[in-house]
Amino acid sequence: MVAVIDYNMGNICSLGNALGRLGAEWVLTSDHTQISRANHVILPGVGNASEAMVNLKRLGLPEVIWKIRRPVLGICVGMQVMCRHSEEGNAECMGIFDAKVKRFSEMQGIKVPHMGWSRISNLESNLFKGVEKNPYVYFVHSYYAPLCPDTIATSHHPEMFSAALKYENFYGVQFHPEKSGEVGERIIANFLSL
Amino acid sequence: MPAKRIIPCLDVKNGRTVKGINFEGLSDVGDPVELGARYAAEGADELVYLDISASKEDRSTFTDLVKRISERINIPFTVGGGISSVEDASRLLDAGADKITVNSAAVANPQLITEIAARYGRQFVVVAIDAKRVDGMWRVTTHGGSRLTDLDLFSWAKEVEKRGAGEIMFTSMDHDGTRNGYPCDTFAQLCRTVSIPVIASGGAGSVEDIAEVLKSGEADAALAASIFHYGEITISELKKKLLDKGIEVRCY
Repeated sequence: MVAVIDYNMGNICSLGNALGRLGAEWVLTSDHTQISRANHVILPGVGNASEAMVNLKRLGLPEVIWKIRRPVLGICVGMQVMCRHSEEGNAECMGIFDAKVKRFSEMQGIKVPHMGWSRISNLESNLFKGVEKNPYVYFVHSYYAPLCPDTIATSHHPEMFSAALKYENFYGVQFHPEKSGEVGERIIANFLSL
Repeated sequence: MPAKRIIPCLDVKNGRTVKGINFEGLSDVGDPVELGARYAAEGADELVYLDISASKEDRSTFTDLVKRISERINIPFTVGGGISSVEDASRLLDAGADKITVNSAAVANPQLITEIAARYGRQFVVVAIDAKRVDGMWRVTTHGGSRLTDLDLFSWAKEVEKRGAGEIMFTSMDHDGTRNGYPCDTFAQLCRTVSIPVIASGGAGSVEDIAEVLKSGEADAALAASIFHYGEITISELKKKLLDKGIEVRCY
């Protein structure tokens, strides 16, 4: 069973459908026991990181997530709140990944949010097994985790940032695998077979 | 910069695709889900579905369709047509739409953009702007170009950005349907006026037109309907040609 953490941070319709297409059994839950017992845990997230942290704390979830020893995947804002800190609302985050999340600087010709299909490179984990070398994936974000020792994939806009992070059993992706076509489905399938 | 996006647009009436030819291997070209899946497999970067039905009953047919699209399609998709309230937007979000597009309703009530963006984030809101040139000025039109407003294209674009639009889809009513290409100078000016992505719509007759609006028009994406629906070129062929012209597109 896959537990998709329910903390009122955006619509998980596409994620649920992607899991459904892969034949995975999943449940949307904020129940501590259900999350602790799941084989895989996904922390989705659309919206604001500081609001996400407030919601997680209110539900007592950071303590539950820290203790999980099975694979955990944070997506987009879900990944950002697994970092140490976010500039968005100056939020102290869960501190799983050794990165401080920053806002893209607005420069001439650079659009923020970074939205659309960009290549990811330097892929370094089983999460990317069977995926071509520099695939395009779909991003929508205004904040990013800089490169750090936990980086397992990079992208740029125009500065380099972490497209994916890993620390022990914890994984995070800045892009939306559930919207990234076949490549994204492969990445989710890889996560589910960890 | 992300790759330039190619976005097929599907018009839907009573739950069925309005245009389209019988592609080889496609059992039902009238089924918007089948056609969308086909475009996604060919390399479309996103899909846009526009509900051109009129009645309330058809709206619920469309919502059911959005659910089916969301279950099947693994790339982002935008839906539009007749969205005039936050409730309309919520209904489509709940059905699985990644983005919605508003047009005439936003002109009549600009607060609608603010409210939808505040509730669901700016990435969810695409504002479509139809404009035509009148006495040397680009004036915004509504209701499919039939009503002329006093709004200037560029100031309206700035306002929708300020109110929370995540993208602008611009159609020149002077070029729409002509297949003579896009007004590239106007696109370039629009892209420099706002800092959100601009999608070029209406006017594509050839690969060159699309290449031109992405290059000199500086547009971030091109939306097209007929050149795909009538099988003149496949999306993968188009993308290969754009790549040959030095335009970065997602291609395998």
